[in-house]
Amino acid sequence: MTVQQAATRGPAARAAVPVPPGARGPLSRAVVETLTGGPPGPSDALGAVASADPYGEDLQLALHTCFELHYRGFAGVDPDREWDPDLLRLRGAMEAVFLDALRRDADLRDPSDVDGALDELLVEPVDGHGVTHHLQDEGERWHLLEHAAHRSVYHLKEADPHAWVVPRLRGRAKTALVAVQHDEFGGGRPEMIHQGLYADLLDDLGLDASYGGYVDAAPAVTLATVNMMSMFGLRRSLRGALVGHFAAAEITTAPSARRMARALERLGGGPRALRFYTEHIEADAVHEQVLRYDVIGGLLADEPDLAPDVVLGIRATNLLEDRLAGHLLGCWRADRTSLRRPLPGTVGR
Amino acid sequence: MTSNAERPKGTRVRVVPGGPVLVEGPVEVVLDDGSTVTSDRFLVALCACRRSRAFPFCDTSHRRRVRSGAPDDKERPAAD
Repeated sequence: MTVQQAATRGPAARAAVPVPPGARGPLSRAVVETLTGGPPGPSDALGAVASADPYGEDLQLALHTCFELHYRGFAGVDPDREWDPDLLRLRGAMEAVFLDALRRDADLRDPSDVDGALDELLVEPVDGHGVTHHLQDEGERWHLLEHAAHRSVYHLKEADPHAWVVPRLRGRAKTALVAVQHDEFGGGRPEMIHQGLYADLLDDLGLDASYGGYVDAAPAVTLATVNMMSMFGLRRSLRGALVGHFAAAEITTAPSARRMARALERLGGGPRALRFYTEHIEADAVHEQVLRYDVIGGLLADEPDLAPDVVLGIRATNLLEDRLAGHLLGCWRADRTSLRRPLPGTVGR
Repeated sequence: MTSNAERPKGTRVRVVPGGPVLVEGPVEVVLDDGSTVTSDRFLVALCACRRSRAFPFCDTSHRRRVRSGAPDDKERPAAD
């Protein structure tokens, strides 16, 4: 998405509402044209969903655009489009295709073994070579900047997708999840809201801090990680998956946040960029315990039948994050940009 | 000890097997040298393995470390 105002820094950029993105195929074109008052397209597009690539650029952008109506919407688009029956029907069909793909491709060999799925995440490879290892040890500054742009699609609305699950929980699970969310939203201090800390990071690195500023540049492999959260968050039937996803994310972030802090130190990030990651090292060491014992534990005590959904949330997160990691490292090793268009002045050679 | 349903009679502490000690915050921790550090998180994870680089707070350094063949470091939203 491009943003209406030219400002990419400061409060104006952060408050700006994005404009609809550029289409990447028939599905996303139908969605965008519906939003912008073009000829009614969703009904025609419905027939194209079944044959669409579940991980492809078109379907993922179309989904992302539909979901965005539930977050901040788009400049010049009627907010009530959020409940447009044709768009909801199209979105439902696309979600079904995406969800089928996640169920097919995620590792669900032990579909009810929540502890086993979590335990796998609780080991640290001594010779890891993931994205954060790469950035910590040998990545170039333009890799770091591209990483920040990819991640901005989520972090500028960090914790928002998980807020939708709150009314779907009760008792211990609800209390614990809200306590974690309270941290994510700044613990009562607006200057500490994680979304804002990420905007500070983008500012510090000289990047566009406006909400949705890098959606047009973000490939489907990035949008899919965010669409998964939105889908799990918006569907009450997938509350177990949302909780599993949240736990998987919190468990894996403390060690990677430390590596990102080192990467920023090595590659010239300033204190406002570092703050985002140093805050997360200790915070997420706490959050992972709360998610595991109280949120997942509480949810499964209430609703033991949701165990397979919790596992799906964990495994689908692994799947999509592995795909993104493969994409980023593959592009950077080949000296190619990992974005749909390179950042100005930072192109890989 | 209290069950989950009762109101705790004191500061609730949970010892995570192989992991940190979880204490309801805020806390002031007195270190060996008499200095103090504070944390105002709703829950504080105190390092019990002495490996934390953020000691006395947990930074997940207690985790079992594995050699290759193990799953690659997953690129995750490196913060949530």
